[in-house]
Amino acid sequence: MHPYSIGPVTTMDVQVPNLLDDALGGGGRVVLIEDCVETSGAFVLHHFLKRSLSPNSSDAVIFLSFSQPFSHYDRILRKMGCNLVVRRDNKRLLFFDLLMLNSLGREEEKTSEDLLLSLYEKVHKAVEICSSPARNITIIIDDVSLLEVAVNCLSNMVLDFLHYCYSLTAEFGCSLITLNHEDIYSSLDKSSLILQMEYHADVVIKAEPLSTGLATDVHGQLTVIDKGLGGGVCNSGKICNFQFRIKDNQIEYFYPGSRT
Amino acid sequence: MAGNKPRVSSFSRNFTAASNTISQIPGLKHGPNGTMFLSSGILDLDKILGGGFTLGSLVMVMEDPEAPHHMLLIRNFMSQGLVHNQPLLYASPAKDPRGFLGTLPSPVFSKDEKSRDRDAEQEKGLRIAWQYKKYFDEQNSEFQRDEKSEYCNDFDLRKPLERHFYSGQQIDCIRLEDSADLTTFHDRCSSFLSQTPRNDRNITCPGRIAIQSLGAPQCDFSDKECNMLSFVRSLKNTIRSSNAVAVITFPPSLFSPSFSKRLQHLADTLVSVKAIPDEDKELAKLLTGYQDMVGLLSVHKVARINTQVPTILEATTFSMKLQKRRSLILECLNQAPIDGSSGISYASSGSCTGSSKTGALDF
Repeated sequence: MHPYSIGPVTTMDVQVPNLLDDALGGGGRVVLIEDCVETSGAFVLHHFLKRSLSPNSSDAVIFLSFSQPFSHYDRILRKMGCNLVVRRDNKRLLFFDLLMLNSLGREEEKTSEDLLLSLYEKVHKAVEICSSPARNITIIIDDVSLLEVAVNCLSNMVLDFLHYCYSLTAEFGCSLITLNHEDIYSSLDKSSLILQMEYHADVVIKAEPLSTGLATDVHGQLTVIDKGLGGGVCNSGKICNFQFRIKDNQIEYFYPGSRT
Repeated sequence: MAGNKPRVSSFSRNFTAASNTISQIPGLKHGPNGTMFLSSGILDLDKILGGGFTLGSLVMVMEDPEAPHHMLLIRNFMSQGLVHNQPLLYASPAKDPRGFLGTLPSPVFSKDEKSRDRDAEQEKGLRIAWQYKKYFDEQNSEFQRDEKSEYCNDFDLRKPLERHFYSGQQIDCIRLEDSADLTTFHDRCSSFLSQTPRNDRNITCPGRIAIQSLGAPQCDFSDKECNMLSFVRSLKNTIRSSNAVAVITFPPSLFSPSFSKRLQHLADTLVSVKAIPDEDKELAKLLTGYQDMVGLLSVHKVARINTQVPTILEATTFSMKLQKRRSLILECLNQAPIDGSSGISYASSGSCTGSSKTGALDF
């Protein structure tokens, strides 16, 4: 058995080290998760969410959701052994449901700029509230591409918003985890949005399908590019590459070919 | 942790109260993770997707620019809704969307019709080993056909839906040409959806939204890609909190690749249809039953609501066939046996199960 292949976890609260955690080490300040239509990278977000909300720490999470309602995350995280409702009640999780932000036919008088400004104010306030007893804060944005749609595809404005968020990481020492879809921008004139996001990220995690096609026991492969700020296995600019299998209660990570 | 709170955990959720109300509503059944399924109107597609379209999900169909195969999916989806007496909203860039209702297929009710393929199989008598898998599948589907005839009907594409199915129900037809901007269209969708709110206690009759060829050049908004994205995003989020399923077909070949990818990301369930060329000798040699095929259907994404585990299908590409020219069936692609005279050993063609062939034929 491979040292990293994990058997069933009996105690919910025990964090079993896995390849992804090893690759991340102390965790980057700014993490970008990239995925594509074939392979969703949402499970990496869930992983970070669970890690930040682990009962052993007092870290707080500010979650900006553009893609899924709270109940969706609640159900997934509960299967992983983390009750989001309790965390929300304890003020360790601040969940912003932004699904209806600037929906068609609503808030028409507001410009996209106003929307982003008020959103940033909310985030800033939330960070300030969370940091009153000093603790690690993680800001998670589920799906920057949907944020883009919400502000009428003005990607420059999204970039500005993200820059403000990056400045928060410097000011309050919080982490910023974003998800975006790489294949949207893969046409010839690659958008500056994804390029700049990649530039600002300390860690880039790419989720891709297997080149050999779908398999029931290997769901895809992850590439972790660490630019060398954390203390992970693949610091100093190394690239880690491994495969994963998503289960309800955990995700198995393993090196290619190490599974029998 | 979870035990501290009186809130019921997902493990002990009691379905008895809810399932009583559901059993009274035809066309709904429970799926995993607290979701519910609605039939797509195509038995094989329901089976492929693990039960049907998830309630509250957005289904996107990528059209083939050369053939209207997406219409087959839309027709069955709409007919099934009408048979179950569910409210329906249909939008199309065509001149007369209401006229389209006249082309909806009629359900087949009689019992002997249902067992027709089994009889056909028995007549053949001899079963050839390389196709055994196909037969097992058909037996299974036969079993389901009898068991859940209420959930998903068999449709006869040649017979139009009888009048009485249209009467006494609410059918909204919208001309996309008229909706110069998508806001008014979105408002109509929202008011339609507000009739079927999601409420755990009291499940109302589910609604169906079918939007054909969103962004076709006839629509005024076809050049406003961002508006369309906003529309789809809003619709998706409204659908999520209501008791309905939306099926949107779109022509990806008309859009920029990045816009098409964005739409694909927005979809909960993503399916594409493709025509097959009439006289493709190579394909005809490769696949059995090539003459009966009308097209190919690929499943790219299966809705993942309330779960992070992806559904890995045994095969992603299926052939669409019209059985006896009237009912639409989907089949795994079956590789034709190699000619004995050609002298190729069986080792090279040994992989004749459904899944491995699709790799070679990934369209």
